[in-house]
Amino acid sequence: MNEQWIHALAGGALIGLSATVLLLFNGRIAGISGIMAGVFANDRTERPWRLAFVGGLLLGGLMIAAQHPEFITPSASASPLLMALAGLLVGYGTRSAGGCTSGHGVCGLARGSTRSLAATLTFMGTGGITVYVARHLLGVI
Amino acid sequence: MAALSALIAGVLFALGLGLGGMTDARNVRGFLDVTGDWDPSLAFVMGGALTVYGLARRWVLRREKPVAAPQFPQLSNLGITRPLLIGSALFGIGWGLSGLCPGPAIVTAGHAPGTIGFFTAMLGGFWLANLAPIKR
Repeated sequence: MNEQWIHALAGGALIGLSATVLLLFNGRIAGISGIMAGVFANDRTERPWRLAFVGGLLLGGLMIAAQHPEFITPSASASPLLMALAGLLVGYGTRSAGGCTSGHGVCGLARGSTRSLAATLTFMGTGGITVYVARHLLGVI
Repeated sequence: MAALSALIAGVLFALGLGLGGMTDARNVRGFLDVTGDWDPSLAFVMGGALTVYGLARRWVLRREKPVAAPQFPQLSNLGITRPLLIGSALFGIGWGLSGLCPGPAIVTAGHAPGTIGFFTAMLGGFWLANLAPIKR
C-alpha cells in the first residue's frame, strides 16, 4: 500500500474526529461552507462557536505552513482571474446547495441522506468534466 | 466550552486536510482527472472521514443532548431540489478549476498564490447566494 494513501486515510480519520467533536460538544454539523457563511449572518448567539471553528481552521493552516509548507501547493497554472472566478462559483454554488464536500460529502453521506448523495455525485461529476475540458481540451489548468 | 470545542474541531479539521493531502490542489485535481494520471487520495480521505464519523455519530446521538449545547440539529430533508443540483453543479466547476473547496480554501488562505483572491471571491459568492438565490 502506498504511503500517500495511508496519510489520506489518517487525514480523513482526523476530519471524522473533528466532525464528531463538533456534534458531541456543540450539537452541530461540520459543514464548512455553512459555518463560514454563518459568521456573517445576523445571529449573535451562533457567531462565537462559528468564529472559533473558522479560527481553528486558520490556526491549523498556520501550523501546516510552519511545519510542512510543502503540503500547501496551489494550482500552479491557474491565473488570478481564473482563481477568483472559481472562488465565486464555489461560494455561490455551495451556499445555494446548502453544503459542500464536508457537509454533503461527509456528514450528509454518513447519515444516509439521498439529498447529499445527489449533491456529491453532481459536484464530482461537473468537477471531473471541468478538469477534463480545462486540462485536456483547453490546456488552461 | 462551546467556543473551545469548536476551536479544537477547527484545528483537527485543518490538520486532517493537510495530512490527507487536501491542501495540495494537485491531489484534488488529480482525483477529478479520471482520464489523466488519476490520484485516489480524496477517496481515501472521504473514506476515512465517513468511517470514523459514521460510527461515532451513532454513539453521540444516543445522548439526550450535546455536552455544551441545548439540542442536536433538527435536519429537515428538503428533498432533491433545483438549487441543490444547480448549486452543486456550479460548485463542481469552481472546484475543478481551482482544486479548492471551502475547507482547504480557508486553511490555505494567504499561504499560497491565488488563495486570498479565491477566498475573497468565495465570500462574495456566499453573499450573492443570499442576494440572488436560485429559484426552487
